[in-house]
Amino acid sequence: MSDQEDDIILSELSDEELVQQMHDDLYDGLKEEIEEGVGILLEREWTPYRVLTEALVAGMTIVGADFRDGILFVPEVLLAANAMKGGMAILKPLLAETGAPRMGKMVIGTVKGDIHDIGKNLVSMMMEGAGFEVHDMGINNPVEGYLEALEREQPDILGMSALLTTTMPYMKVVIDTLIEKGIRDDYVVLVGGAPLNDEFGKAIGADSYCRDAAVAVETAKEYMAKKHNQLAAG
Amino acid sequence: MTAFRPTDENLTRDGLAPTVEKGQVLILACGALANEIIAVIRQNKWDHMTLTCLPAILHNTPDQIPAAVEDALKKHKKDFDQIFLAYADCGTGGVLQTICDAHGIQMIQGPHCYSFFEGTEGFLDRAEDEIDTFYLTDFLARGFENFVIKPLGLDRHPELRDMYFGHYTRLVYQAQTNNPALDKLAQDAADRLGLRYERRFTGYGDLETALASVD
Repeated sequence: MSDQEDDIILSELSDEELVQQMHDDLYDGLKEEIEEGVGILLEREWTPYRVLTEALVAGMTIVGADFRDGILFVPEVLLAANAMKGGMAILKPLLAETGAPRMGKMVIGTVKGDIHDIGKNLVSMMMEGAGFEVHDMGINNPVEGYLEALEREQPDILGMSALLTTTMPYMKVVIDTLIEKGIRDDYVVLVGGAPLNDEFGKAIGADSYCRDAAVAVETAKEYMAKKHNQLAAG
Repeated sequence: MTAFRPTDENLTRDGLAPTVEKGQVLILACGALANEIIAVIRQNKWDHMTLTCLPAILHNTPDQIPAAVEDALKKHKKDFDQIFLAYADCGTGGVLQTICDAHGIQMIQGPHCYSFFEGTEGFLDRAEDEIDTFYLTDFLARGFENFVIKPLGLDRHPELRDMYFGHYTRLVYQAQTNNPALDKLAQDAADRLGLRYERRFTGYGDLETALASVD
């Protein structure tokens, strides 16, 4: 950021300028500025849902696209995510109060034997930003943990993540258990993680492999739209 | 083999060209293994083996390894009677094994170098108890700055450390050689990541066995 930009007083910007500035601040991972911007828009009587979608999610979409295109790298994405998290923390309770549209519900967790959660956390955050209710199970989850969470939360979508070649086959253990119990088709199963690919996703019986958080959100939305169409037709 | 020793910088960014254009056995390896493979070849006087390496920095982008391996195989296959791929799976999700099968060549078994330096069988047996362990080898202890700190942005944003390493508790330095200077580097790396330090002498582990299996 230049010195000139450092002097910007967010509260003096118009709505349009402020949202643009928040996109820039998200891109630069400026958490305090994002929290301030969210507060200003709420004071201006923007609905929490509008702040979320137009200021935060739209900004993170730019970050996601530049990550995919090799313009941004993991450290910058993490800083942006951290900034968005700050804004989300303010908005989350308000979204619940104001009845923002709900896209669906997801249970997500990193598989047994694996403690890596950066990608999973990004997916969780972007899914929440897209209007999904997310129950994040954290790391190192055995199949029993997934079953309990599915039973308790009754989600539309199960998300599984793995970073290691040694742990990714565990996703098949979970899916095979769902098949054995006759509940596989109750959920859309999305999988992701650095060593995975489309072929692996198909081979283990997942519905889709998602290469990044943005793809996970789009894929989840598509499945939810299909589900609604099926319900409407049925 | 001559007494030639490539620099870590060259091995990281450029890899290593073969010392002869044609020969019996080409070892196509990750640059991070070059020094160890050179040492094993010398110790065993396997003069029929020639080493070439891909850039070690591919370690940080495993999705790019298969294409680089394919290109190298195409380039060298006609000039050597046999090629051995000195990579483990290395985060490619089985793609390297598929490539080897297609070309009818052998590779090192196991998930990565951390496993075959310790001995893959024992490593996998212990895997469940060591999910919170971050590993360094001799090469990665020397290259900690270039392979860990800089690519993860920790030089510019040290506050990200716990987002990356918050679930780790221990750093294990798998020592291929006895070198107090490397012990110190590995210990410093553990301190920097806020992890408990442990040193394990592994020697060359399954790497030597794998190379010995090449006819």
